[in-house]
This record gives sequence, structure tokens and C-alpha cells, in this order.
Amino acid sequence: MIEISNLTKIYKTPMHDVMALDQVSLKVEKGEIFGIIGLSGAGKSTLIRCINMLEKPTSGSIIVDGEVITSLDKKDLRHARQKIGMIFQQFNLLSSRNVFDNIMFPLEISQVPVNEARQRVGELLEIVGLTDKAKVYPEQLSGGQKQRVGIARALANRPKLLLSDEATSALDPQTTKSILKLLKDINSRLDLTILLITHDMNVIKQVCDRVAVIDNSRIVETGDVLKIFSNPGTPTSKSFINSIVKQELPEEVFQSSAIRAGRLIRVSFIGESAGEPIISSMIRKYDVRANIMYGNIDRVKDTPFGNLVLELSGEERVVSEAIEYLHQQGLEIEVLNNA
Amino acid sequence: MLEIITAIDLNSWLTSTFGDNAWIPQKILIATWETIYMVAISTFLSYLLGLVLGVILVITSQNHIAENKSVNLVLGAVVNATRSIPFIIFLILVIPLTRLIVGTSIGTIASIVPLTLAAIPFVARLTETSLKEIEWGLIEAALSMGANTWQIITRVLLPEAKPSLILGVAITTINLIGYSAMAGIVGGGGLGTLAYYYGYQRYEDSIMFITVIVLIIMVQAFQMIGDSLAHRATNKGR
Ligand SMILES: Nc1ncnc2c1ncn2[C@@H]1O[C@H](COP(=O)(O)OP(=O)(O)O)[C@@H](O)[C@H]1O
Ligand SMILES: [Mg+2]
Repeated sequence: MIEISNLTKIYKTPMHDVMALDQVSLKVEKGEIFGIIGLSGAGKSTLIRCINMLEKPTSGSIIVDGEVITSLDKKDLRHARQKIGMIFQQFNLLSSRNVFDNIMFPLEISQVPVNEARQRVGELLEIVGLTDKAKVYPEQLSGGQKQRVGIARALANRPKLLLSDEATSALDPQTTKSILKLLKDINSRLDLTILLITHDMNVIKQVCDRVAVIDNSRIVETGDVLKIFSNPGTPTSKSFINSIVKQELPEEVFQSSAIRAGRLIRVSFIGESAGEPIISSMIRKYDVRANIMYGNIDRVKDTPFGNLVLELSGEERVVSEAIEYLHQQGLEIEVLNNA
Repeated sequence: MLEIITAIDLNSWLTSTFGDNAWIPQKILIATWETIYMVAISTFLSYLLGLVLGVILVITSQNHIAENKSVNLVLGAVVNATRSIPFIIFLILVIPLTRLIVGTSIGTIASIVPLTLAAIPFVARLTETSLKEIEWGLIEAALSMGANTWQIITRVLLPEAKPSLILGVAITTINLIGYSAMAGIVGGGGLGTLAYYYGYQRYEDSIMFITVIVLIIMVQAFQMIGDSLAHRATNKGR
């Protein structure tokens, strides 16, 4: 659906040039939900904005649905854009129009006959569950409702591709969940490819099939979400995965463990209980005490994915051997602190 | 129009009420009407032209939807130059042009030319300020849907700036009331002429006084109307 080759974007500013994207290549398949995760300033927005040419690439090419979007003339680009929906962190709804007319807007742009357009808006309101808010103005809506309007608006012209620039970053976790659920729903119901960018690993975990990690203007890792969760290949990916664990761990765990003699490790495993037998056999085999600080089973793309944070204490050498043993048993281990 | 107003019973009513002084309210009514007429037409014309100019100034500015450095630079320079000429000098400068358009440089109709011309750059800058307040994200959203420049102007820029543009009309009207009084001094008609000939040159204090009161009421009225319309446009749907 999307094929990005050697995309480079340099912002020229009076002071100095900023390299926002450095030789980025990426392929997004038809029908998948593809996530791009990176820290603030990594170049995510620049990347997604290049795909509908809101930002003009310095070099490189982008093909969307078979069309080389980077070499279209103005008129063809406008037509192509009508088939690429986009949603935004700040929703960007017109305050001068009510919900109905906001969703009507893209249909006016593509000059759909009024009767047909009105009917389409009705369908879209139903899809996003806002039929009763048709006559309401955006300022009276909650953030989640605003984003639903944004989604309806983006779907109006029946796009094949939806771009999402941090669409849930201004929302609370509960609302984020419901919006992500809606995205997942339209992805399968409408056979819609979704490319989303985020700085939040939870978003990736909840909806994405595949993910690319962007760091400092470059894609450093691309792959299946589950694979990256269980076996992150780069420090950046690791820190994103740990950010989820850390969110749910009380801060004290990290502070007090610095005083303790123990070593804090994160064990991750795929499947409901795959980790437990190995850990108990480790305890039998080695003279270490294992203190469970945190444990949960998450779902990554509908597959159970376990995380355990253990504090291992005992003789330094034995602890190291125990960790090595876990490794050998095929568990993903990450040492969170070195006591 | 003037003939109609003065021809009806008003005249006889004024004579019976004010006796020998009936000419004072008569003159004031006529002058007020002339002022409203001048101001209304020049506000309308200058707003129409100033709005177009303001929109062009905005969309041709850097990184905007129809960036065009030279157009922007030239228009900006013309607007600034016109705005920096004091109105009283402007009045005299455009006399030849006024003669060309209206055939005379004296009277209510003739005043409309300098009033309109002087207000156009003012309106252009007001419009520019209003349109630049619009969040760029809205324009970007429209671009992402494939909107062209005209669609963005008519469906995003102008509707989103509506409350602020309405306030701009009120401010322009009020300014033009002041300008029209100045035009009156050089024979432009309306309340300015009245105040100058009777109030200043003939020491008719009462006429001066009433003129001032009428002007204050007019300004207040337009401000209130503008505020309430702008308020209504902002709070649509609340
Ligand atoms: N219009 C711009 N002009 C100059 N620099 C920019 C512009 N937009 C973004 N940048 C810079 O490019 C880099 C990447 O920005 P961005 O793509 O917005 O990152 P992200 O969305 O991942 O936070 C940052 O260093 C940012 O400061
Ligand atoms: Mg961003």
C-alpha cells in the first residue's frame, strides 16, 4: 500500500539545517495496521506528513496504492489526497461547523452531490457512534468524541489508507482504548490500511500488526509487533518496551533496589505460563532468592505476552549464572539495574 | 432619499415644535442621514476590496497556501504606504481621482471616494490579522483532504475568522465615522460639515453640541451591534 524509498527530509532554517529524515525506507502492506514509534523529535510527524505531501521530501520517493505520490502535479496530488484520510492529535475540526457539516467538508471538497453526501455523513456518524451529536458544535464535545468526528471525516471519501498523527496522544488511557478499538474495527470492516505514529508503546501493543522504530531520523528496527516485544533488537526498542513495564511499576521499586543487593531483571515470554516453570527450576538449581516485583500478562495483537520483573539476590556470581541459565532456556531477559 | 425624508410631515412637525429654531433639528437630521449614507457605502466598498486584499496578503505570505513573494511584497508595500498618509492629506491627494470618478470633489457622494480608498488598506490589515489567528492545523486538515486554494479561502479561512471579521466591520465603520467628519470640513457634507460651518464658523454652540452627541451615539451603536453579532457568531450552537 505504501512504499517509501530512501526518503530524506532536510528542513532549512535561517540558523541551520535540520535533518528530520535520513534515508528512510519502509513498506506497509495492504490491510495492515502499521505503527511507527519514536521519541519526540525523532521525525515521526515529518515522515507521515510526507506520505500525503503536506511536507515535501528533499529526496526519495513514496508510492501510495501504486501511485508515485512524490511526482504528482498539484491537481493530481489533490485527487490523490482525497483518497488518503488523515487524523490529527489536535483533531483540527472546524469550529464554525457542527459535527454533521464537519464530516460533510471533505465531501464538499471532492464535490460529491449534496444528497449523496448527506446520506454518506449519516452512515459515517453511525460508524463512529455519534448519530445523536450531528447538530452539536465541536467545542461541546469531549476529546474522544472530537477524534471520532475526525475519524468520520477522514473516512468520508472512502480512502484506502488512513494516516494517524498521534491521534490518541491528547486523550486519557480509557478514551485512547476506545479510539484504538474503533480504528481496529474500521481496519477490518472497511479493509482499510492504517499507518499510525505514536510515542506510546501501549498504542502499538493494542492495535498494530507491525511496527517500525524510528530514532534520530532513521528507522532502526522494523518487524512484527510480537517479535519486537519479545525480542527487541535495539536499545531504543528495549527502552520503549520497558516504558510500559515501568509505567505500571511503582517508582520505589527502582529506587529501593539500588540500596538492595538484588539485581532487577525483566523476563518476558510469549504465552500464558511459558515463563513460570523455567523460573522455578532456576530457583531449585541455583542458590538465589527471587522476589517477584511485578508480573502481568499483556495482550500483544491478541497473543498473551508475559512480563515478570524479578529481584534476584544472592552471591553475585551465582546470580549471574542464574540469569545465564534463564537465557539458555530461551527466555528474553533484560537487566534493569546493576546492583 | 433626502427629499423624501424632509418632505413628509416631519417638517411641519418640527416647525410646530421648535418654532423659529426648527432649522436646527432639520439640518441635524439631514446631516446625520448624509453621514450614515457616506459611511455605509464606503464601509461596504472598502470592506469588500479590503477583504480581498487582506486574503491575498495572507495566502501569498511565506509557507502559506499560495505563497508568492513578489505579490506579497508589492501589496504589502502599497498597503503600508497608503496607511501612513494622514487622512487629511489623503483627502486632498485623491481630489483629481474623485473628480474623475464622480465628476465633482464636493459633497456626500464625492466623499465616498477618499473614505473608501483610505479604509481599504486598513481593512486589509485587519483581515490579515484575523486570518492569521486561525490555527494552521485547520488549513492543513483541509489540504490533507485535497482542498484547493479557493476552497480553503471560502470554507476554512473566512468562516473560521467570521467573528473577528465582523468586529473588523464595526471597527471600520467607527473609523469611517471619524474620517467622514474630517471629510466634512473640506466640504464633504454630513455632520462634519454641519459642525464646521455652524458650530465653528458661526458659533452655534448648540449645533456643535448636538453633533457631538449624535456622533457618540452612532459610534456606540455600531460598537454594540458589532460586538453582539460577533458574539453570536462565536457562540453558535452553545
Ligand atoms: N517546519 C519545520 N522547520 C524546521 N524544523 C522542523 C520543522 N518541523 C520539524 N522540524 C524538526 O525536525 C525534527 C523532527 O520533527 P518531527 O517530525 O515533528 O518529530 P516527531 O513528530 O517525531 O516529534 C525535529 O528536530 C524538529 O525540530
Ligand atoms: Mg510529532
